[in-house]
Order: sequence, then C-alpha cells, then structure tokens
Amino acid sequence: MAYPSWFSRRVILAAGASAMAIAAAPAFAQGEIKLGAVLSVTGPASFLGDPEKRTLEMVVDDVNAKGGILGRKVRLIVYDDAGDPNAARTFATRLLEEDKVTAMVGGSTTGTTMAMIPAFEDAQVPFISLAGAVQIIQPVKKWVFKTPHTDTMACEKIFEDMKKRNTTKIGMIAGTDGFGKSMRDECVKVAGKYGIEILHEESYGPRDTDMTPQLTNIKNKAGVQAVINPGFGQGPAIVTRNFKQLAINVPLYQSHGVASKQFIGLAGDAAEGVRLPAAALLVADKLPDSDPQKKVVVEYSKAYTTRTGQPVSTFGGHAYDGFMIWKEAVERAKTDNAAKVRDEIEKTKGYIGTGGIVNMSPTDHMGLDLSAFKMLEIRNGDWTIVQ
Amino acid sequence: MPELLQFAFSGLTVGAVYALVALGFTLIYNASDVVNFAQGEFVMLGGMVTVFLHLAGVPLPIAAALAIFATVLVGLALYAFAIDPARGSSAVTVIIITIGASIFLRGVAQVIFDKRFHALPHWFGSEPIRFGGAAILPQSLVVLAGAAIIVALIFVIIDRTILGRAILATAANRLAARLVGIPVRKIVALSFALSAAIGAVAGILVTPITLTSYDVGTLLALKGFAAAMLGGMGSAVGAVVGGILLGLAESFGAGLISSKYKDAIAFLIILATLFLRPQGLFGKKSVERV
Repeated sequence: MAYPSWFSRRVILAAGASAMAIAAAPAFAQGEIKLGAVLSVTGPASFLGDPEKRTLEMVVDDVNAKGGILGRKVRLIVYDDAGDPNAARTFATRLLEEDKVTAMVGGSTTGTTMAMIPAFEDAQVPFISLAGAVQIIQPVKKWVFKTPHTDTMACEKIFEDMKKRNTTKIGMIAGTDGFGKSMRDECVKVAGKYGIEILHEESYGPRDTDMTPQLTNIKNKAGVQAVINPGFGQGPAIVTRNFKQLAINVPLYQSHGVASKQFIGLAGDAAEGVRLPAAALLVADKLPDSDPQKKVVVEYSKAYTTRTGQPVSTFGGHAYDGFMIWKEAVERAKTDNAAKVRDEIEKTKGYIGTGGIVNMSPTDHMGLDLSAFKMLEIRNGDWTIVQ
Repeated sequence: MPELLQFAFSGLTVGAVYALVALGFTLIYNASDVVNFAQGEFVMLGGMVTVFLHLAGVPLPIAAALAIFATVLVGLALYAFAIDPARGSSAVTVIIITIGASIFLRGVAQVIFDKRFHALPHWFGSEPIRFGGAAILPQSLVVLAGAAIIVALIFVIIDRTILGRAILATAANRLAARLVGIPVRKIVALSFALSAAIGAVAGILVTPITLTSYDVGTLLALKGFAAAMLGGMGSAVGAVVGGILLGLAESFGAGLISSKYKDAIAFLIILATLFLRPQGLFGKKSVERV
C-alpha cells in the first residue's frame, strides 16, 4: 500500500468532520477566529518559545473569558518546531492549509521565521514574527511584521549613550555564536553614524572559559575609552569577571542579550558599573509613573508571574505585543479577513506594548524606535535606569 | 612584557582545568583501555550538584562532599549498567557506549537541574593577585594545587600500592590478572569510581572560574582528551603537562595570533601529536598485545 493506514483513517475522519462542519455551518459561520502559532517550545531555543507559548495561552484565555474579539472566541493553534526551520515550514503549511488560520503570531527564532515567510507570503496571511533579526522586515515583505527590537537598535542605543559621554574610540570583544556575530556586524555597520571608531576587535568562542588574553590586548591598545561586548549566555559574564580581574579602567557595555538577573548573579561584584540596553519590561517596577509603558509592563509581568510562577522574560513580552497588535487590528477591521487585518496591522499607531511604542508604516513593519530600549547601569547588584 | 605574563597566567588557569579532566581519562584508560567520553559529564555533575545543594542551603564543604559522593555513584552506575554488560566487546565498542552515556547524562541533567549557567563563590575571594603587571585569581592557584595533589595521589596509588599494581595488571592482561586472583571487574569498577571522583573534584574547583551548566562536559571532554593525547594516554604526569601546554598554547595563540582560531589550536595539537609522536610526550610506545 502506498500510504500508511493512518492516512485513510484521517481522510475519513476529516471527511466526517467537514460533513459535520457543513451541517453546523450556519451556527459556526461567525464561529471562532483561528490564530496560529509555530513556536520553538522545546529544543535549544526553548527559552524563547516556552514563555511565548505560555504568554499566548494566557492572553487568549483572558480574551475569551471576556467574550472574545468581535464577540467571537479565539482559538489558538500552537505547534512546536523544536527550533528546527524544516519542521517550522511544515507546520506553517499545516496551519495554512489544514487549520486555515487567518493570522499567525509566532516564529521564535530568525531561522524558523525565515523558513516560514514564503508560506505566508504565498497564502497571503499576516505573520507577526517574534524573532530578532532585521532581515525579517528588511526588505519589507507585504505580509510579515515583527515585534522585537533588532540588534542594530541595541548598537545604536549603546553608541548614543557613548556619544553623550564623549566616548568616540572603543574596543570590541564579541562572541562567535549567532547572536554575538550578528550584533557585532550591525555595530560595525552603524558605528560610523555616531562617530564611533572601533580601535581594536577581539572574539571568543561561546564555550570559552577565560578571555583575559583578548582583554589584555584591548587593555594595551592606547586610546580605548570604552569596551562593548555583544554576546549571549555565559561568555559576557566571564568577560565581565575578567574585565575586573585585569582592572581595565574604562566603562564596559554589555548587550540586551544578557539583560537578566541571572547575568548579575553570574558576574557577581564585577557587574558593578556595567551598562546595557534593555526593554522596559525588565525594569517594570523601576519605571517612573510618568512612563507610558509603565502600566502595560507592570500588568503583563504581574499576570505572567501569577499564572506561571516564573520570572517574566522579554520574549514572552514579544508574544504579548504580537497578539495585542493583531487583536487591535482585527477589532479595527471588524473582521478576521486576512487582507483587511494585514492593512490594519500596518496602520498600527501608538500601540503601547511591553517592547516599546509601536508606530508601523508601509515601510516599517516593526515600528519601534530607540526609545524602546532603556539604558541600564548595574549598581549594588541591581538595575538602575540611566537618564 | 606584562601581557606575556598575563597570557601565561591565563594559560595556566585554563590548562589546569584541562589537566584535571585529562587525569580522569588516565585512570580508566589505565585499568580498561577505554577512553571514557563521559568524563566531562563527571566534571559537570561535580559542579552542578554542588551548586544545587548550595542553593538548597547546604553549606559549601558538605555540598562539595555530597557532590563527589553522588558523582562516584553515577560513575559506578555507569560501569554497572553500561560498561560491565559490554565486557568482552572491543574497546571501540565500549568507547561508543561512553559517548552514549555522556549524551544520556547530559539529558538527565537538563531535566533534573535546568538549562541555565551557575556559579560558585571563590574560595579565597575574587580579588586577583597582581604580579608584575598581570593578574591571577586565587582560585586559579587552587585549581593548580588541586591538580598537583591529585597527580601525587594517583602516582602513589598506581606505583606504590597493591591496588595500583592490580590496576596495571588488569590493564596489561585481563585474563592473566584474573588467573593470579585479581578481581578484575571490581578493579575496573574502582577505576570508574576514582575517575568520577577526580572529575567531580575538578568540577567543584573550576566552577568559580568557568561557571557551569548541564552541557559544559562536551567541550571539556574534547579538550581534556586532546591534553591526554598530547601528554601520552595513560600517563598521569603527561595528562597534567599536556593540559597545561594546551592551555598555554590556546592563550598565547589567542593573545598573540588571533582569538578567532583559539578552538582550532586544540585540534591542531591532536593532529600534530598523532602525526609526529602518536604515543604522546610521556607515553610509552604502544605495543600490540597478542
């Protein structure tokens, strides 16, 4: 037999289901709104996908408890790609062809997102990605949007802070992992725009346990006024410790990649004085009441911690923003029709989310500016917001 | 000049870590001709169990002792459930089993502990000792001292006790060893227990410097293996010298040539050793036993 036995059974089941659907058609014509989500819930990127899934489930339950969108319940269909772009592509096709979703909020990593984009462009269904890279929205793709800030913005935020302090000559030490490499390239690209000159560059492997040789070289380079470390994981913590060990007397800038309490714990005393850009969500309780984002970040982090018992992460926040942008677009469009919702997503203006204030346009499918980042400095083992 | 001294300090620190891992390889190899690729996981377990017991409120010295004990149990279990049932298979088969065991241990650690990085406090504070314009952490000296003590212990055990003779005899010829009344299986089990203990001690000593997580074992095992090859498989002194040479080569390579090729250095050294001196610096020429 050419097909395994489950195939025929599924065909029969599907036929039966559709027969029932047809029978019940009048009642369901304005039935559920189907929202798809392909996320990396397990696997190496589970630190992204897991909070994203929990967040989406939380907000969907919440919306449904309050009567849904336009009086219709939202049905969330989640698939786990385990971080594998091939699996993501397969699930994307399934969402579009079998589940017939009218929008998607998902794509935890840049790899899975890029693999899924062609499917959504072909099917003409809006896709709000939760991944970081700037390639997702540049060049602009008609049906693709994203909520997280980009590496480029992190570099720009850091350079902006340096410029304010009259720092123009810097050293850079970057991890050779995907995150470190991509951010390093973006930083090199925009450094000129801020009049920053990178005098010396070093790198380290994602698993290295000692970076003193590289930092010694940076220390010995005359004229370095600050050091920037694009990286992720334990590398930046070791760089920070080695930085103190060598008593290098210039400011150290870390990236948003280490914006978590865990970093302070790992780097210990050495983290004192380190500066980094981070989303407002991370410092929800420290934002001044006048901050427009204060309300949303405090509410989201309270709801998330209560429901899951876990500390809030910016990644869950991206999923929250993606869902809310889609929800508001559906409400404005007064339908879940894919094309109309897409147009409304593109018209999103002044949406205040956990990641910043979103103003989309036909040429900007992310809609964030540098105010999405807060510049933080670590003092007494805690974040402080640098004005 | 201070930068050269700094590179040397860095190389010594990293090298001492490699040396401790290489030492763990040595014992099991001596007793059973097997390269135990789960050695890195022993290092991971030593560090992670200590971290989690310490987080649970257990005082550090007791947490460390319990971690060594737990790792020894894992080592014995590894022998009893994976290695012993395969006795009589070729060394290559058993080596492949150890690779499987290392993947298994990593998976279990990921579930039991978590996927995050953890640190332990430095024993004598994190204030570096400054010397000639360079800085070294007191903990690096602890790691070096630990390596020295373990080498001395292994030397005494192997060369000066009946037990050590029994280990050597087992390695030389299992059948003959059994015929003269050596409990061969117990001896091999013991070598796994000892290696696990050495691995756990290494993990506890280095975690304040290198941090730890469920998957630190893989790269440590590779680097430790390179160090053991360089020094000569089966030689305790060779393991330490190989580890420190490898660490120095990496740090001088990163400092003087380019940090981009740092990880390649270990593998170049393995290749060079295999081509030029397959028995390693301190190894005896391998003789095919018939």
